Amino acid sequence: MEAVPARARAYVACVVVLALLCLSPQPSARTPWWAVFLLAGLYAGCEQAAARWRFAGTFYPVLLAGAFLLPPSAAALVVLPGALLSPVEQRPRWLRRVWRAAQLVVGVWAAARVHGALGGQDTVADSDFPYALAPAGAAVLAFCLVLSVLDGGILTLAERVPVRRAWRGLFLRSLAPVAVHGLAGLMMAVLWRSPYGPVAALLVLLPMCVSWWVFAQYHRERAAHQATIRALVQAVDIKDGYTRGHSERVGQASMMIARELGMPDERVEMLRFAGILHDVGKLGVPTRLLRKDGPLTAEERRVIELHPEYGHEMVRGISFLGEARAAVLHHHERLDGSGYPYGLTGGQIPESARVVAVADAFDAMTSTRCYRRARPVPVALEELQRCAGTQFDPLMVEAFVRAVARHGWHPAVTADEAHPPPPRPATPSQPEARL
Amino acid sequence: MNPHRLLSPLTLVHAAAGGLAALSLAVTLWSGLDQRGVALAFGVLVTVGELTGWTGARAREAAPLAAAGALSYALLGADAGQPTRHGVFQVVAVVLAAALLGSVPHIARGRGPALDHLARRVLTVGFAAVCFQPLCGQGAFREWGGPAYALLLVALLSLTALCDAVLAAALAHSRTRWPFGPLLRDELRALLGIGTAVCATGAVMALAVAVVGLWAVPVFSLPLLLTQLSFRRYAAVRATYRQTITSLARATEIAGYTPTGHARRVAALSLAVGRDLGLSGPELTVLEYAALMHDIGQLSLVDPVPAGATAVLPQAEQRRIALLGGAVVRQTGVNSQVAAVVERQADPCAEQPVEARIVRAVNAYEEKARDAGPGGPLTALEELRLAGPGEYASEVVEALARVLSRDCLTPAQAG
Repeated sequence: MEAVPARARAYVACVVVLALLCLSPQPSARTPWWAVFLLAGLYAGCEQAAARWRFAGTFYPVLLAGAFLLPPSAAALVVLPGALLSPVEQRPRWLRRVWRAAQLVVGVWAAARVHGALGGQDTVADSDFPYALAPAGAAVLAFCLVLSVLDGGILTLAERVPVRRAWRGLFLRSLAPVAVHGLAGLMMAVLWRSPYGPVAALLVLLPMCVSWWVFAQYHRERAAHQATIRALVQAVDIKDGYTRGHSERVGQASMMIARELGMPDERVEMLRFAGILHDVGKLGVPTRLLRKDGPLTAEERRVIELHPEYGHEMVRGISFLGEARAAVLHHHERLDGSGYPYGLTGGQIPESARVVAVADAFDAMTSTRCYRRARPVPVALEELQRCAGTQFDPLMVEAFVRAVARHGWHPAVTADEAHPPPPRPATPSQPEARL
Repeated sequence: MNPHRLLSPLTLVHAAAGGLAALSLAVTLWSGLDQRGVALAFGVLVTVGELTGWTGARAREAAPLAAAGALSYALLGADAGQPTRHGVFQVVAVVLAAALLGSVPHIARGRGPALDHLARRVLTVGFAAVCFQPLCGQGAFREWGGPAYALLLVALLSLTALCDAVLAAALAHSRTRWPFGPLLRDELRALLGIGTAVCATGAVMALAVAVVGLWAVPVFSLPLLLTQLSFRRYAAVRATYRQTITSLARATEIAGYTPTGHARRVAALSLAVGRDLGLSGPELTVLEYAALMHDIGQLSLVDPVPAGATAVLPQAEQRRIALLGGAVVRQTGVNSQVAAVVERQADPCAEQPVEARIVRAVNAYEEKARDAGPGGPLTALEELRLAGPGEYASEVVEALARVLSRDCLTPAQAG
């Protein structure tokens, strides 16, 4: 959000006013100031440390422990230093900080209010299990509900996401992680009130910190892994100059077919990999042959036709690729049995290979090669339909025609670009639950 | 087997663990279980922990939840305010029984009982219990304030973790005969990760059970279970990553630039040499990846080098291929140190990082030794030793010689 719309600013202002109301102390309640200071300092310190060492985590356990220990306005106070000082990467920084602080203040206040109304303070003080779980559970629900309602609001106003899509899933997705944080918070609160005091409560945070740290490592490693897969493909590009971007586009087309056929997300992802890696065996073909300008002799053609087997030989050790490996081996098979390497027919050809074959042929037709110009998309689709049943699986061709009709064909990398754009994250942009 | 092996640390540790386990079982069977509910709850926790644990080859702590549960049972001084009465022997017996029960599926899947794992578990739990239970039984901590008591538990657990690290390093040392120092350093570094989580959970669970009773056990297992899950996913993605790197390394073999298995052999031998030279865990990972991909620059050549033997090429050509390889590796998104090692593998050894020295020497050895027939390894080693100054680092060549004589990586006819 480079330019924040006025209505989003107004919305933030409203939430800030609400937060200020939450912060105003109730005259009847006695505030244990040292606990407020300790928790606020802890929260701020944790947020700073998390930013420095790049954990993936928010320290809700501290906030929820505050909600279980303190009166509502004091619990809301715990949020302030941490949220207002937290490092923010995107601009406008102060607006984001204020928004985050206000949102959390309202959420924590609601949680503390619900917890107090159900008599949670006494159950925590007497460490009255399992009865302490009920008010804590209700407080977690309230916290989660307030956060997702406020989040949905800002998504609708600032990013113009439709209301129903903004709210759908927001609550359910965040409930499980927040519930775990709530349990940790409850334990912190109980130990805080116990004879062992705040020292014991601090220990609760350690396993969670380790968990976040490992989670961040996991994401880093996964990103590196994706880059390595791309490097495999780029190694082909080094050898075979004019097919640049071909692999990525075949991956994209395979993914469109798989989506259209209603396959589950993991298989769609698998087929994307199958498309990306289908020509990896060209690494085994001599560079001179790949770059040859004139027509190929029968002998040379035979050598090039070895590439599916070379490719399979390379990727068969990568266990996570699953059925994508079969696609690499069989993507040049034809339905009538005239393909290679094994001359399989019809249903003998693995489904993944039938998908990649269509995607591969389509991209070969629609991109420029040295011996002919690119054909327009409708002509290529017609050609695919003409060969359906003999060369291609009609089911896959139909699915692809439908997918192109619905979404159009917008390849991420075109053949004319000298350098492919930086790799996109591999998963469909779906925020993973942070635990 | 030579006779002095009988007194190796391995035998000692196993004998000590066996003795303690037998004694504990005997005493517990004789006197019966005290406070069966508590014993049952912790026994179930340890069993579940072992069941959900994993047997990854590189995992330091295969079952963190079981470890934390066992330690918290050893350090349990009260249950919902009532003092506990279980002694050292009962702790060891319960943990042992639960761990055995939990490893039944692992045995059924044909992986065999992990004797080292059990021995470590019995000894560390025994150590923690011996430090804590007798004093607690006499009421030594009754006058202590709450926070001091909590800190005492943390201190005891840290001590236990240190002992466990020493034990693990000693076991690994006597199994693999890699140097003890780097092994211990790696174990201690691993303590900062999962070890912290295990110790903190152990302490917190012991304290929480003292306050709220057994309800604390399921509630507290959850955060650690999550940690365990994260570690598992991390281990999984690391494993796939290694597979992908290995496949990328095979590209040169399939393209006919290098002989089959060359990259893998160089990587295995480089790792052994790196361990002998005392490299740490992360350095070894860099070394392994670099060794796997050291020939990848050849992909950029239009015509293959004969038999992929780069060690006999002129210096300038070697460096050109190394630089090309570095450029490819930089695109792979691996740690940039790996690319640096690949780039500098052909530099004079005085200017190289130690990983590049290792890759260079091992690669040359592999190329010289593989076709030379019987006696090839010895001749190749001799050639490396006699090569001009600045070609191969002498300490690396000596480490290579030690590794070869020790691990019998040379073909059988060479001896």
